[in-house]
Amino acid sequence: MPTVSMTVNGKQVSGEVEGRTLLVEFLRENLRLTGTHVGCDTSQCGACVVHIDGNSAKSCSMLAIQANGTKVTTIEGLANGDELHPMQAAFKEHHGLQCGFCTPGMVMSAVDLVKKKPKASEHEIREWLEGNICRCTGYHNIVKAIQHAQQTM
Amino acid sequence: MPEGGTGIGAAVKRVEDQRFLTGRGNYTDDLNRYGQTYAYILRSPHAHATINRIDTAAAKSAPGVLAVFTGEDMEVGSLPCGWQVHSKDGTPMQEPGHPPLARGKVRHVGDQVAVVIAETYAQAKDAAEKITVDYGPLPAVINMNKALAGGALVHDEIGTNLCYDWEIGDEAEVDAVFAKAAHVTEIDIVNNRLIPNAMEPRAAVGEFDQATGEYTLYTTSQNPHVIRLLMGAFVLSIPEHKLRVVAPDVGGGFGSKIYHYAEEAIVTWAAPKVGRPIKWTAERSESFISDAHGRDHITHAKMAMDADGKFLALKVATKANMGAYLSTFAPCVPTYLYATLLAGVYTTPIIHCNVKAVFTNTVPVDAYRGAGRPEATYLLERLVAKCAREMGLSQVDIRRKNFIPSDAFPYQTPVALQYDSGDYTATLNAALKAADVDGFDARRKAAEARGKRRGLGFSTYLEACGIAPSAVVGSLGARAGLYESAEVRVHPTGSVTVFTGSHSHGQGHETTFAQLVSDRLGLPLENIEISHGDTNKVQFGMGTYGSRSLAVGGEAIVKAMNKVVTKATKIAAHIMEASESDIEFKDGQFTVAGTDKSMAFGEVALSAYVPHNFPHEELEPGLDETAFYDPLNFTYPGGCHICEVEIDPDTGVTTVERMTAVDDVGRVINPMIVAGQIHGGIAQGIGQALLEGCVYDDNGQLLTGSYMDYTMPRADNLPSFTVGTEVTLCTHNSLGVKGCGEVGAIGSPPAVINAVVDALWDLGVHDMPMPATPQTVWAAIQAARPAAAAE
Ligand code: FES
Ligand code: FES
Repeated sequence: MPTVSMTVNGKQVSGEVEGRTLLVEFLRENLRLTGTHVGCDTSQCGACVVHIDGNSAKSCSMLAIQANGTKVTTIEGLANGDELHPMQAAFKEHHGLQCGFCTPGMVMSAVDLVKKKPKASEHEIREWLEGNICRCTGYHNIVKAIQHAQQTM
Repeated sequence: MPEGGTGIGAAVKRVEDQRFLTGRGNYTDDLNRYGQTYAYILRSPHAHATINRIDTAAAKSAPGVLAVFTGEDMEVGSLPCGWQVHSKDGTPMQEPGHPPLARGKVRHVGDQVAVVIAETYAQAKDAAEKITVDYGPLPAVINMNKALAGGALVHDEIGTNLCYDWEIGDEAEVDAVFAKAAHVTEIDIVNNRLIPNAMEPRAAVGEFDQATGEYTLYTTSQNPHVIRLLMGAFVLSIPEHKLRVVAPDVGGGFGSKIYHYAEEAIVTWAAPKVGRPIKWTAERSESFISDAHGRDHITHAKMAMDADGKFLALKVATKANMGAYLSTFAPCVPTYLYATLLAGVYTTPIIHCNVKAVFTNTVPVDAYRGAGRPEATYLLERLVAKCAREMGLSQVDIRRKNFIPSDAFPYQTPVALQYDSGDYTATLNAALKAADVDGFDARRKAAEARGKRRGLGFSTYLEACGIAPSAVVGSLGARAGLYESAEVRVHPTGSVTVFTGSHSHGQGHETTFAQLVSDRLGLPLENIEISHGDTNKVQFGMGTYGSRSLAVGGEAIVKAMNKVVTKATKIAAHIMEASESDIEFKDGQFTVAGTDKSMAFGEVALSAYVPHNFPHEELEPGLDETAFYDPLNFTYPGGCHICEVEIDPDTGVTTVERMTAVDDVGRVINPMIVAGQIHGGIAQGIGQALLEGCVYDDNGQLLTGSYMDYTMPRADNLPSFTVGTEVTLCTHNSLGVKGCGEVGAIGSPPAVINAVVDALWDLGVHDMPMPATPQTVWAAIQAARPAAAAE
């Protein structure tokens, strides 16, 4: 089986994977980083979004070996110790999560949005989130949280 | 307690958020048990077929495979149904068997045929491809009318596809009123089939402890005790003291995780056979063909009115799809949760409703957010909108004319329910204002100038929730009681753990319930822990559905806290050498009235566990109380939803421009959480109205089997919402609460479709099915063109 190595949340990791192993499987099963979720099998829901070399990406849509040599950040690596990242804090402040299942992907995606388009309008925020499905919140408070984080990030 | 505090009414930030935001939630698929194996379920590709032979030999010898089982191996009980409905002729409903692994026949695409258990999930899935099943395909029945008109039989042994033929009300009396009515408005309604799609796919881990003989099932459930009872007593014959069911963090339910599913029984049953824990996690494609679906009604209804538009009688005939097997709650959804709601917020004096429940070769249908009440509300509010058009009344006037007046409570409806409180004029007025209905005409004109159509739709609705009194549901066919339980355990140093039978899968109970405790016992939130979801910790529970957690589960906590205070008062009186009647308890302090003698809650707690001089014949040590609360009635939230849409007549694209909801959910414990619940419900309601629709082809293949075909509401499909609350208190629980989990999904769909019809009325479009997709809207506009031109 091939070996992959990458930096995950600042730590160098490596492991043996099958060629077909998805990055999300490597994160969840090999590394036991279960904060990254799997909500679909068609690359639609965004529960699996992580950062790869600083860009948000669906970790269900790439093989673990494709991530060889990259720097991956998962939801577990976002906060600074006990201090929430401003996006996490904004989700809490504005009740941007209910069951929490979409939340890791939503937060990782939103962080990338604010980095790339710091002044995104409500309309642009909603368009950006097209690849992240939330069944609980109706998105209202997620949008509010992201608008708040635009000020604090 | 004021805003900014931690008691009732404060918008406290959620205590559960920290773990979810940092990726430390603990969902079923996140669990990894020592020695865990993986299950893959082979499912039927046919909607209807005999199973002639299954060859598992190659799969059994595939790499990593530990076991393969089929229905012939798994001789256990049938997956049970929790409600028994009787037909109008008094006969009980048809209740065909539902084996966890199919035996002899498959009855829907997705029916479980075999399970492969292997060292890894990939190995189990690979091996399943090596199973050969010799199917004998049979004609399938998908359409309910065909199923009743002599189509193929889903269950040969019962000889019919009619599950029951039920009615409420006196048909002859209703017909007599119709015969004399000044005007009758009729409508045909389809309530589209939906797929719940909680974002966390279902999962289950079964394990068996050889040393103790105890089974443990970790599962994505809204009600672990109910699963323990159903699976233990009816399917696997495991006594409750040897079966632990744990529902850890659960990623949304919306009804779909109430029911006892085959996979739970399969992994639990197989665990001792392979001697290791077994994990099964659904892929989303499996969720689409194995999670219970929702809605799916076909209805004809008519309203008799006098010359002024006052409702005189309502007659409804509904066909409700049960799917291929009876899911746990299914029979009660189109009857007791539907027909009993048909008075709505109106004084309609007499109602008849007939419901035929039908088996088809589709996934079982059961309660989905709102369950029966959205179907009733959609029917009623579409019909009322049409009544207004035909009577030349405004949408507001016809409603005001027929509202149950605010001084008429308690109000006995003609369909069994007695409403305790409400003020429908207040919610309507507040919504009219919040939606700026006065400004609508100007907005419509502006839209027309841009070549767009703009419409306004109303829904004034009510629901029965806080499900519910055991005596009532028992008389209606429930095979269980629907109380809730709570234990309030005060620890020696004064912190408190509450064990609740309610289950939180997004509702924020860890916060709302802690607020109840903070309010009553005067404790800071950090001294309060809410524990739920584990049958080995929590005494008992009926779980979370039907917006019942606060109105039933919360009341149980209050009842247990009252017992704690009574006992603590005794202890305080004993220690402070005062009479019990002189002890006052406020803000966490027990005080002897009129003196400066007092003890903090924590001091009393410590004394309870260090009872050095207790008179033991009068006072037991310890401070730990349990209560079961069985409500006196359902609760009746209600309100007004107003939707404003804009439609591009060239493309049929409908945009929700404004969505306003003013709901009366009784006393609000945490306004932030209540608003969030309403937002989520509205999104699902708009989803049903504009986007979501489950489609089967005539052979029973699910055409909307993934997120590429089934349109989930995305952020860019929805606007921000305007929500508000008006409060009348529930009169039969101490908190005055009614429930808020379902109101959004119940109230909003008719408001949306009424708005679409309003926008297109002048183009000759007078009806609109759900989901009103661009294609459907565009086609309706095209179809109406010649008709409108000819007028
Ligand atoms: S798991 Fe759904 S997009 Fe990756
Ligand atoms: S919070 Fe439950 S899916 Fe988004």
